[in-house]
Amino acid sequence: MSNTTSNAIEVRDAVKRYGDFTALKRISLSIKDNEFFTLLGPSGCGKTTLLRMIAGFEDVTEGAIFLYGDEIENLPPHQRPVNTVFQNYALFPHMTILDNVAFGLEMRGKSKDQARSRAGEMLELVQLSQFAARKPSQLSGGQQQRVALARALAPQPKVLLLDEPLSALDLKLRKAMQLELKHLQRETGITFIFVTHDQEEALTMSDRIAVMSAGEMQQLGGPKDIYEKPRNMFVADFIGETNLLEVSVDGINNGRAVCHLGGGHELTCDAVDGVGVGSHVHMSVRPERLYMSDKPVETESLKGRIKENIFVGTDITTIVDLEDGPEFVVRTSNSDRGNKRIFEPGAEMYVNMELGAARLLVD
Amino acid sequence: MATAKYDIKSYSGFRAITLLCLVVLYAPLVIVTIYSFNSSASITTWEGISLKWYADVFTGPESEKFKLAARNSFVIAITAATVSTSIAVFAATAMVRGGKFKLRTVSFGLISLPLMVPEIVTAVATLIFFNSIGFDRGIMTILIAHIAFCIPFAYLPISARMQGIEDSYEQAAMDLYATKRQAFTKILLPLMMPGIISGFLLAFIVSLDDFIITNFVKGAGVETLPTAIFGAVKQGIKPNIMAISTMLLGISVIMVTISYFVSKTDNTK
Ligand SMILES: Nc1ncnc2c1ncn2[C@@H]1O[C@H](COP(=O)(O)OP(=O)(O)O)[C@@H](O)[C@H]1O
Ligand SMILES: [Mg+2]
Repeated sequence: MSNTTSNAIEVRDAVKRYGDFTALKRISLSIKDNEFFTLLGPSGCGKTTLLRMIAGFEDVTEGAIFLYGDEIENLPPHQRPVNTVFQNYALFPHMTILDNVAFGLEMRGKSKDQARSRAGEMLELVQLSQFAARKPSQLSGGQQQRVALARALAPQPKVLLLDEPLSALDLKLRKAMQLELKHLQRETGITFIFVTHDQEEALTMSDRIAVMSAGEMQQLGGPKDIYEKPRNMFVADFIGETNLLEVSVDGINNGRAVCHLGGGHELTCDAVDGVGVGSHVHMSVRPERLYMSDKPVETESLKGRIKENIFVGTDITTIVDLEDGPEFVVRTSNSDRGNKRIFEPGAEMYVNMELGAARLLVD
Repeated sequence: MATAKYDIKSYSGFRAITLLCLVVLYAPLVIVTIYSFNSSASITTWEGISLKWYADVFTGPESEKFKLAARNSFVIAITAATVSTSIAVFAATAMVRGGKFKLRTVSFGLISLPLMVPEIVTAVATLIFFNSIGFDRGIMTILIAHIAFCIPFAYLPISARMQGIEDSYEQAAMDLYATKRQAFTKILLPLMMPGIISGFLLAFIVSLDDFIITNFVKGAGVETLPTAIFGAVKQGIKPNIMAISTMLLGISVIMVTISYFVSKTDNTK
């Protein structure tokens, strides 16, 4: 037991089956105390299922779940010191906002007065004090969202679970709430487990991210790690935009892999575990880590011709055709146009790669 | 939103048919109501407005009979509505929240089937049932029969209401440390309440108005209002029957109206 007590949540070899459909295929992960942890993946990959297993609404087919060292997977939901912000908020429609927020405290044995006064403080924290006497249907989506948050935080759970809480909000409000959530997590010191299918949201808010696909964990790490060092095709493709190139690994020297892209083009990048000499794998190169010049300037320069420039507001996306090789997408931020060059379509130029821009993927 | 072109009102003859239907439906009720205020002892000649037949109901020679029947009717209706509504609440909870259990469709069919079976069939079947188990006919048999046939009437508005209540409310309650029972009493029950009241009132009125089944299963000498009225009518229609009928009609209209508005009310605003 003692080896697990430092983790807020530990999921050990958890399997979830619905009939003969396996929704979660042996997931193991540890979530640290006071962490903002995100489960990220496309719709249907099993994020909600995992969250509901932690909350106690789904039983665990196989495996175990620990909360600060205590095994909880057999406890009913009301005995788990874990609260949930539901995707549709699930505010009790017949109760006032104040009574909604006080509900959990009352159920935990606080007197009505104590519960209400603490609920009032929570409403202050989310700046909704003036709506205390209203019913949920009289609030906007963003306000309901904050009530749901206050209600779940009021009983001071050990872990807060949030299932795509921002997905119903418009873009502007969502951005504001992302920051607010992040601040709340810091202020309260409560461990957050946040579910989203929005990779940008995950990168913005999280201390660590677990990327999931089809009931399996694909990669676990900090936002920078996941973005810059995707482990496989799925992660590289799902997080951000990237150039995925087929390469063959011709040699590995001093931890650097020499890769052929076809058409005589060659690149070296950091070797990764699981990709040996002779393997045919994919390489991910982030388009914003590339820049163009009329002469080769770095060791990793590839000769090509401009096919097209596309203006996309903050960036210009350039499509480059390598001689006899694959196409590349290069992204130049508009704010970088003083230092970085844009070529006209048809022009010959070199595509240069910043150090560490290319990443070999375990397919 | 039908556009004017496809408006049903533009079909020729629609207006006439509608009027005819309304007349056939409501003319007898209107006539009975009007003639209940007639001062004449004849049921066909109008002699001016009076309340004398209403007074006759309460003080006339038949008043004792009617008062007893009315008391039976109300006791039975209130008890049957209470019991059948309670059963319907648990049936609806099990049906809507019980997950996809195997016999769910069958169960739903079984609950609502009595609404479609001709009442005379139910009446005969109930009578045979009581006879075969050797139950003496009396007020108890009426009560049991009423509870049984009131369940589907109480069930329908309750389950309709429940269908609109997402199960995430109960989950949220349990997530916030409520036991299953607390989640039911503090969240589900208040949300269901309009459906429950509406179901209760429907069951009440259906029980109060029932004639066929009651007539079959009641013992000799036990009367409810409808059977007492029927008994009186057999001796010839007197205007006091119209007064009773009008009062019963009034109660029905009030109950159905309350039931309608309650089922529409929203305790979430
Ligand atoms: N009660 C259930 N019965 C059968 N399949 C389910 C059930 N709940 C979820 N699933 C399936 O499990 C998979 C994962 O669902 P879910 O956890 O909701 O995904 P996510 O939240 O990542 O979108 C989906 O394919 C979904 O269809
Ligand atoms: Mg989900």
